[in-house]
Amino acid sequence: MSSAIDIRGLGYRFGTHRAVDDLTLAVEAGECFGLLGPNGAGKTTTIRLLNTLLPLQTGEVEVFGRSVRTQAMVVRRSLGYVPQQLSIEGALTGRENVEWFARLFDVPRRERRARVDEVLEMVDLRGDESRLASTYSGGMVRRLELAQALVNRPALLVLDEPTVGLDPVARDSVWLRVAQMQRDHGMTVLLTTHYMEEADALCDRVALMHRGALRALGSPDELKAAAGEGASLEDVFRHHTGEALGDHDVDGEKGGLRGVRATRRTARRLG
Amino acid sequence: MSEQLVEPPAVWDDRHSRSGVGLLASRIGTFCIVELQKLRHDRSELVTRAIQPILWLVIFGTTFSQIRAIPTGGIPYLDFLAPGVIAQSALFIAIFYGIQIIWERDAGVLTKLLVTPTPRAALVAGKAFAAGVRSVAQAAIVVVVAAVMGVAMTWNPVRLIGVVVVVMLGAVFFSCLSLSIAGVALKRDRLMGIGQAITMPLFFASNALYPIALMPGWLQVISHVNPLTYEVSALRALLLGTPTSYWVDFAVLAGSAVAGIVCAAALIGRLAR
Repeated sequence: MSSAIDIRGLGYRFGTHRAVDDLTLAVEAGECFGLLGPNGAGKTTTIRLLNTLLPLQTGEVEVFGRSVRTQAMVVRRSLGYVPQQLSIEGALTGRENVEWFARLFDVPRRERRARVDEVLEMVDLRGDESRLASTYSGGMVRRLELAQALVNRPALLVLDEPTVGLDPVARDSVWLRVAQMQRDHGMTVLLTTHYMEEADALCDRVALMHRGALRALGSPDELKAAAGEGASLEDVFRHHTGEALGDHDVDGEKGGLRGVRATRRTARRLG
Repeated sequence: MSEQLVEPPAVWDDRHSRSGVGLLASRIGTFCIVELQKLRHDRSELVTRAIQPILWLVIFGTTFSQIRAIPTGGIPYLDFLAPGVIAQSALFIAIFYGIQIIWERDAGVLTKLLVTPTPRAALVAGKAFAAGVRSVAQAAIVVVVAAVMGVAMTWNPVRLIGVVVVVMLGAVFFSCLSLSIAGVALKRDRLMGIGQAITMPLFFASNALYPIALMPGWLQVISHVNPLTYEVSALRALLLGTPTSYWVDFAVLAGSAVAGIVCAAALIGRLAR
């Protein structure tokens, strides 16, 4: 089976700070892959390079064999993306939010209504589709974002800490739907999360990043076994990242002041 | 999570992908629809934003009509002022559009939009024409208020379509100016300050309140490079029948709009970094 994502020698600097340092890894088509690491580890920068938000400085990234450097528009067509922030338009209804993205992804007019119905059904929002999104609960907002990300039937779904600030029930509800989509459509999922138990339960493989570099790669079971008997993924995390959790203050990364503010804003909006 | 992997979906199915002018038109249409949907759900902003232009007409317009201090070529001052106030209300909406893009950046919406298959220029054009939709809705309110106050405007539908086009082009330029500043300023507070600093000079250095001939020489020069002047000239000609060169007015407005889109498209990516 071919690689969905092929990252080779990826590097990115914010000024003098090296946010991503010679990262090489491949994500297989159809797998659920977790990118883990403390604040400032380089996860979000890696995702932003992968989804064409940041220009590549060094290295190469291919998505299903297409270079993000030279074929950005083609790569974007294959992506569904849920950023960490709550990124819905509160002044539109749930349905209008999804229709908006259906249009931006050129879903043909004759298929659009059915496609929007399908994803709203999938995330269990059909009954609330006519309400303004500003009236949704945090869990509903996240499900609506999933619907937006899925309406173009992406081959690669990128989720950047999509459950931050959600209560356990809402988190389960989000992951249940992601797992269902992946199972039903063979979609590749790349996610970042701070919840190790989620990564353990959901991911086929995980990569542990610290200070921009890859520290460990494998299935959760492999990594736990390598860390010793009875070790949890959280133990693996601590082993590879040491005591320096979240000690970075870097622009452009979640560990930076802007990232922390964004996280807090998201948590506040989720109530 | 996935015990039995299945073949990935057809990734590069480009049958429905658009390009070139089709893509640009599609994105402009999409953002205009979204703006109309927002307006449909909440009209309060239209009402509150109408207060200021109404004050200009009711207080400034009626007072200066009494004074007769400004020579307007034989037309009542209120009539002379009304197209200027329409242009001003559209300017005020458009010039603060960059604040919305910074809000969208902070909320993650811009990030998501930049990951859709939408070139930066098409995204900016879509946003700019959406500002145009809002400006036209605002202008319609001012036109009605001016008509109620007795301003003798045309109701010729072709000329009114011309008014819509002029307001739209003006809003595209000024919203792109705002988006460009947002791409440089990066913060809402800074943009607010810059927006406030340039709005009134743009307004006063145009023919919205008085004819250019009354201005000192240096201000006349500025007013001739100010797109608002050409917007007001075109609106005045369309609504009141005053003389103007439509070719010059439309060429300047269209050229400014295109230049604004190019400039804002080059700068908007800075907001995502």
